Amino acid sequence: MPVMTYIQAITTALREEMQRDKKVFILGEDVGKKGGVFRATDGLYEEFGEDRVLDTPLAESAIAGVGIGAAMYGLRPVAEMQFADFIMPAINQIISEAAKMRYRSNNDWSAPITIRAPYGGGVHGALYHSQSVEAIFANQPGLKIVMPSTPYDVKGLLKAAIRDNDPVLFFEHKRAYRLLKGEVPADDYVLPIGKADVKREGEDITVITYGLCVHFALQAAEKLAEDGIDAHILDLRTVYPLDQEAIIEAAKKTGKVLLITEDNKEGSIIGEVAAIIAEHCLFDLDSPIQRLAGPDIPSMPYAPTMEKFFMMNPDKVEKAMRDLAEY
Amino acid sequence: MLENRHRELGLSDEEVMEMFKTMLLARKLDERMWLLNRSGKIPFAISCQGQEAAQVGASFALNREKDYVAPYYRDMGVVLAFGMTAKELMLSSFAKADDPNSGGRQMPGHFGQKKNRILSGSSPVTTQLPHAVGVALAGKMEKKDFVSFVTLGEGSSNQGDFHEGLNFAGVYKLPVITMVENNKYAISIPYERQVASKNVADRAESYGMPGVTVDGNDPLAVYQAVKEARARAAAGDGPSLIEAVSYRLTPHSSDDDDSTYRGKSEVEEARKKDSIITFANYMRETNILTDDKEKLLVDEIMGIINEATDFAENAPYAEAEHALKYVYEE
Repeated sequence: MPVMTYIQAITTALREEMQRDKKVFILGEDVGKKGGVFRATDGLYEEFGEDRVLDTPLAESAIAGVGIGAAMYGLRPVAEMQFADFIMPAINQIISEAAKMRYRSNNDWSAPITIRAPYGGGVHGALYHSQSVEAIFANQPGLKIVMPSTPYDVKGLLKAAIRDNDPVLFFEHKRAYRLLKGEVPADDYVLPIGKADVKREGEDITVITYGLCVHFALQAAEKLAEDGIDAHILDLRTVYPLDQEAIIEAAKKTGKVLLITEDNKEGSIIGEVAAIIAEHCLFDLDSPIQRLAGPDIPSMPYAPTMEKFFMMNPDKVEKAMRDLAEY
Repeated sequence: MLENRHRELGLSDEEVMEMFKTMLLARKLDERMWLLNRSGKIPFAISCQGQEAAQVGASFALNREKDYVAPYYRDMGVVLAFGMTAKELMLSSFAKADDPNSGGRQMPGHFGQKKNRILSGSSPVTTQLPHAVGVALAGKMEKKDFVSFVTLGEGSSNQGDFHEGLNFAGVYKLPVITMVENNKYAISIPYERQVASKNVADRAESYGMPGVTVDGNDPLAVYQAVKEARARAAAGDGPSLIEAVSYRLTPHSSDDDDSTYRGKSEVEEARKKDSIITFANYMRETNILTDDKEKLLVDEIMGIINEATDFAENAPYAEAEHALKYVYEE
């Protein structure tokens, strides 16, 4: 089985979907000739031409809005926001338009667009190249938000997003792009959107997280295993709408739950996960639900001291897991 | 010798009659909706009055069998011309289950009907402009020969989506026609306090497309401008911006009192240029319309409206739990 990086899995999924379906096309800033600032669309312009890999003007609302129009017509646009931080000008198009298209037209129209954006910190990106923006969109029925943690999941979920008949936000951790490698089958497979995935079976504590933090939790779990602490790790994969069943099952399994996000704590995805567990698992819990998250400051500062203070890492995760195990 | 302008444009007397009928149907439907609102039967009305000529003139210049339209909330004339019926518009006003626009989910004026290629719209203004550009892009990619047509008010020409969308269309030379229906007011704010350029059409130059200002009270002038824009689009020469200047004859909506920001005399003055009157005069002068024909036409239209009103009033609402449906594909 081929081994590839997280970003190679993105390019592979895009290429295969464009080969499979002529209606799939890419639009975004610098995605064509340059192949994207992170090179996620590397080689696609050469293979599919300028009509299917569109270098757009620097205007995010138009990227989303033009994509939505093309999707309403029946094409399958994959729009790239150069950084998740720069999705803000497109929020009206995403929330007022894409998310509500099917609902407001009583199922007459739909907007099957995929919007990809690199998120997350730890790359010296400072306030505006480091943010996690998923919580902004995570109370908008009509949207789906996918945040994969492995190259295998990237390929299967990005294909599923492109084939989905509703709008999907696909957030890729930019530090994972070249950090994470894994086996990715060469065949055409899709993974279900809306389903969480157990990344490690364990009996003592449950960790529920998503994105790059899954990787940190897996690393920490191996260290804890040396001390006889067996961690169960659930990867949300889709952060909206949440896979309630999987969350409840994972929480009940050990009765001790740690929720992790790289985002600011208050109002983040894991607050909703905590609420689901509180509603359904009160008598199964052996400790208070624990949350490990970024501080409630606007974003990740540039200076390495402050960036490290904000950013999640394996040490912070290991400590939180150990504390919970000892509760 | 009287100038016969419509023949010069290639329009038959019958087509002109059909245009007038559509304008008048829009006007009379709109008037009925206000009555229904004032008598407490429908919660909201928003008006096309004063803009029918621009809406219908433009629509008749398009290919109503294949072009796509992204109308804004005043465009009753556009959607009627593109195949929505009086009954369907009344179902929307009464928020009934069979409203094809939204099944009673959206306020009236939020048009959308896939079978007639009318894109679904929302309330934040100008979001439809990039959608029309996207449809035009899709058509170009698929080598189709339709164009897309999008409308908005002059206040909406200040929104980012106006500029982002037109620039995108200009860069990619897409077959999209944008028509700004300049009715002189964005709710309470007159043109001079809305737009810094002398007219909206001037904004086209920045986006590499022609911009023209036409008399929005003259359906033939608007027809001509849109016809030319469509020919350019079809020939691969890209987008156009058209500004149709008229006047909003009603308050912004049924919830607005326009006496707080404009004088009655100004409205009365504008009524003299009302296209429903001036175009009827033109049709009399060219012997298309006579008193007898007009009476028959009004009777026919009032019959349609009465039937539509009764039908919609008696139609069922959606079941309460229907609110849960169609968040995602089912």
